[in-house]
Amino acid sequence: MGILEVKGVNKRFGGLQALGDVNLSVAENTVHAIIGPNGAGKSTLLNCLVGKLIPDTGSVMFDGQSVLGRKPHEINQLGISRVFQTPEIFGDLTVLENVLIPCFAKRDGAFRMHAFETVAHERDIVARAEQMLDDVNMLDKAGMQASSLSRGDKRRLEMAMCLVQEPKLLLLDEPTAGMARADTNNTIDLLKDIKATRNITMAIIEHDMHVVFSLADRITVLAQGTPLVEDVPEKIKGHPKVQEAYLGQAH
Amino acid sequence: MFGLSARDTRFLLIVIALTLLTPILLQPFPEGSSLAQFNAGYPDLMQKFAIFGIFAIGFNILFGLTGYLSFGHAAFLGVGSYTVVWMYKLLGYNVLPGLLLSVVISAAFALLIGFISLRRSGIYFSILTLAFAQMSYNLAYSVLTPITNGETGLQVYASDPQILAGSGAPTSPHLFGLVMRNSAQVDLGGWVFTFNVGYYFCAVMAILAFYISLRIFRSPFGMMLRAIKTNQTRMNYTGLNSRPYTLAAFVISGMYAGLAGGLLAAMDPLAGAERMQWTASGEVVLMTILGGAGTLMGPVLGAGFIKYFENIFSKINDGILHGWFAFLPDGLEDFIVACFHPFVGKGWHLTLGILFMLVVIFLPGGLVEGMQRIWRLVRRRKSGGPKRKDPEHRPTAAPHMAE
Repeated sequence: MGILEVKGVNKRFGGLQALGDVNLSVAENTVHAIIGPNGAGKSTLLNCLVGKLIPDTGSVMFDGQSVLGRKPHEINQLGISRVFQTPEIFGDLTVLENVLIPCFAKRDGAFRMHAFETVAHERDIVARAEQMLDDVNMLDKAGMQASSLSRGDKRRLEMAMCLVQEPKLLLLDEPTAGMARADTNNTIDLLKDIKATRNITMAIIEHDMHVVFSLADRITVLAQGTPLVEDVPEKIKGHPKVQEAYLGQAH
Repeated sequence: MFGLSARDTRFLLIVIALTLLTPILLQPFPEGSSLAQFNAGYPDLMQKFAIFGIFAIGFNILFGLTGYLSFGHAAFLGVGSYTVVWMYKLLGYNVLPGLLLSVVISAAFALLIGFISLRRSGIYFSILTLAFAQMSYNLAYSVLTPITNGETGLQVYASDPQILAGSGAPTSPHLFGLVMRNSAQVDLGGWVFTFNVGYYFCAVMAILAFYISLRIFRSPFGMMLRAIKTNQTRMNYTGLNSRPYTLAAFVISGMYAGLAGGLLAAMDPLAGAERMQWTASGEVVLMTILGGAGTLMGPVLGAGFIKYFENIFSKINDGILHGWFAFLPDGLEDFIVACFHPFVGKGWHLTLGILFMLVVIFLPGGLVEGMQRIWRLVRRRKSGGPKRKDPEHRPTAAPHMAE
């Protein structure tokens, strides 16, 4: 039984069947990639996992609890962190503050009225955030305003913000979409590094097959809202059904 | 000191010093000189500086930090004033019970309005708060006349119970016998300084209000509010519920407004519905933007600026202008006076409007940004002459942004 269990999920937008009977199991401490051509339903599936969408039927169990009907912040408190397609960071805040916020969220929960404490006096939390920034080689940028970072650094920062919460499951939505080649390689290296140094479960949604082959332990191929195959990367590469889906022979 | 970093402590001490010395700083011209009309060191105006400073500091916590633009904060101002006057009527002229209650009641009010308005953000939030404030204003004028005394305004009558007032108690607002309107005047070779009890009471309140806002700015809570302003999506996906944070910010700023309203009635024991009108709500928005939204000192500066214009600039009439330019030939004198005429006296709004536009276009960070730029210029050519002086001697702050 995996940490994330998706069973029989259907989602319809009007006449469009976005997801049709999706079953998915993500095992603990593995990297599971979900790939598929455009419009395969990858993002819809992801949005069902984080509380942005509610599936019409089916169940999504995380760590023994249903996530359906929970708000995004509640799902995060259960232990799911999410990286967005375009990095979502706190642009007006400094890099260090960006990492401090998830630390506070992890320690204090969804809301706490800590209006009379001082951030600088929370030594443990500041030390932890700085350690995290050091881990992703960004400590020298701690005082910079986050919006002034390069695209690759923004992605790196967003990853640090998610990792510092020590999530049980890290969801990545096309982490290299729209990136220059150098930034893409950078991000892949970072992900490999994370996989090598931390016991972490990751689910990666990706359009580009090549990005995930070196990274994933298992790959699910999604096409037209339904999983085609699920297997280890080596077997996916030459799978006829996958080639069909990507080369569009179905049409 | 006070749980602040060395830098913030220095900043706070400067603010305290400037606030306490305001009666001297705002009186730079000797009595009887032609520039004496620019002196702002009289009690009524100084009290307004402090009170509207408090109002703007509180508004800044909601607008500057959290990014929610409320157009209805004057409602809390009115609630505070009515509460204090009612306490005069029921208990007596001591301001303390009224002020405490005004903060409590405006908090309850803000909780209710905030709970409903914060279901929306952006322009819809602004419109909801505006609607609530106008509703309160119209209710105060009509249906609620038994409580607000309608158009006449709420005031104390001889027949009121005033159950706590002893026989020898002062017959105007006081704090345990310290009568607010009492002043001590000191004449120093032509300069007249007025030290008013009411002003110093407001000043102490303003310093407290400023200190609390400084603590909020530096707290994790303040950081969360700034995070909400930049990216609510990331906030939610980081496991934080933004709703209680915004509501807390709304209630805190409502309490500041309630205190400010209470202080208005503590200086002058009257409360009228016009205090709740939307123009009053708009004024605090102007103050905050003019001074610099999201900065610590900006709103206070903006409040001072606008109140200064309202009270000093508006008094310059054609007669005074003729006096200034009397040395010119008659025709030219009339021409110059005609040129200045639309900008002074009743036209002070025009000057303020132009100033506001210039600030918004060229100094998006408000007057605080302007001062920071000047400060940097001065530091760059450090050797070049003495520090530039502010011609109006406003209570200036060290350049200091929220970060």
